[in-house]
Amino acid sequence: MVFFVAPEDADQGISQKIFYFHVPIALTAYTCFGLGAWKALRLLWLGGERRDVESYTAIHQGTIFGALTLITGAIWAKASWGVWWSWGSNQLVLFLVLFLFYCAYFMLRFSVEEGPRRERISAVYALFGVALIPVSFFAIRLASDFIHPTVFNKAGPQMTGTMFAAFLVAWGAILLLAYVMYRVEIVGKRTDAHLRDLREALS
Amino acid sequence: MTGYLADVSALTRKDFRLELRAKDTLPAMLLFVLSALVVFHFALPQGTGDDAAFGLLWIAIVFTALLGLSRAWAPESEAGALDGLVLAPCDRSAIWLAKTLATLGFLAVAELVALPAFALLYAPLDGAAIAGVLLASFGISAVGSLLSAMAAASRGREVILPLLLLPLSIPLVVGGVGAGISPESGKYLLFLGLYDAIFAILSWASFEYVVTE
Repeated sequence: MVFFVAPEDADQGISQKIFYFHVPIALTAYTCFGLGAWKALRLLWLGGERRDVESYTAIHQGTIFGALTLITGAIWAKASWGVWWSWGSNQLVLFLVLFLFYCAYFMLRFSVEEGPRRERISAVYALFGVALIPVSFFAIRLASDFIHPTVFNKAGPQMTGTMFAAFLVAWGAILLLAYVMYRVEIVGKRTDAHLRDLREALS
Repeated sequence: MTGYLADVSALTRKDFRLELRAKDTLPAMLLFVLSALVVFHFALPQGTGDDAAFGLLWIAIVFTALLGLSRAWAPESEAGALDGLVLAPCDRSAIWLAKTLATLGFLAVAELVALPAFALLYAPLDGAAIAGVLLASFGISAVGSLLSAMAAASRGREVILPLLLLPLSIPLVVGGVGAGISPESGKYLLFLGLYDAIFAILSWASFEYVVTE
């Protein structure tokens, strides 16, 4: 649908097609981070190891999709602006900050001993993440005022009906992909945990 | 409420007294910030404007805060004092608030040296820049003392704290630099205040979960 139904962009031609991957992937990454923080909040509220695994998995998926956003963003930037990276693109800079933040999440998680304390520390850090998203967004907006006095305007032509429909389908597909990956990872992690319990019971 | 404030002030005074006796953090911070300012002179090519030097001042402040924070919970974790504090019949967030105030105190002393040194060596600072430094110092102490407690629970400790704190300090650097060099500094100061409020409330509410076993 992205390639055959949606009309080609008058300005950017075929390279605009990456829009249907880049933007849905970015929105999916936000959704994953949000879900991870929501599960973290529920963990702090109610407890339960299950929620810790869910929160961790959601953030893991979010980081993967965040990395994909950076990669597709770089390709798009190369195709339309001729450079691999542009500090003028606020959304990409925000993803870089978030990517660094969530990489530190994994560093923190894997250097704390397993147990309820690790669950809570990870959960608190995940909550800081969702607070950081809007704060960083404003910060980067503000920073572009003094780093780039002229605002980089990327508001291209308005989307037509078919373009918007193709965009929604692409977004739905990527969300579904993220959800499937999330379920698969959770099932894998649960099987691992069961296996470990069984081994301990046997030995 | 008075009990809460009494707890906070007792814990803060404990940190200052420990520092006065042991002197293992503050002299290091002072020397570090001065050395960093001297190194920056050689890092900046000649003819670079004052704005670039001002940006580097912020790097110096963030790293000085990191230096102070990496030792922030050392006295508590060495003799298992943190477990005692957690068990004590006081609100756990009082422990966080006291550590934040103590860190802010150390950082303020370091800035009391760093800002005049910067003005002397590079360029004069105006009131908005100093207000930006104060607001950002509070923010970095508030977030930093919580993250430092997290890092103290991990095996990485000193290694992991910068990884946790640097992404969170980006908005503070934006606000601080903006307040210093932009003509409309009020906007940036407001942003710094907002950051302080959001993250102080979040740290205050979540500290309990970080320290309890």
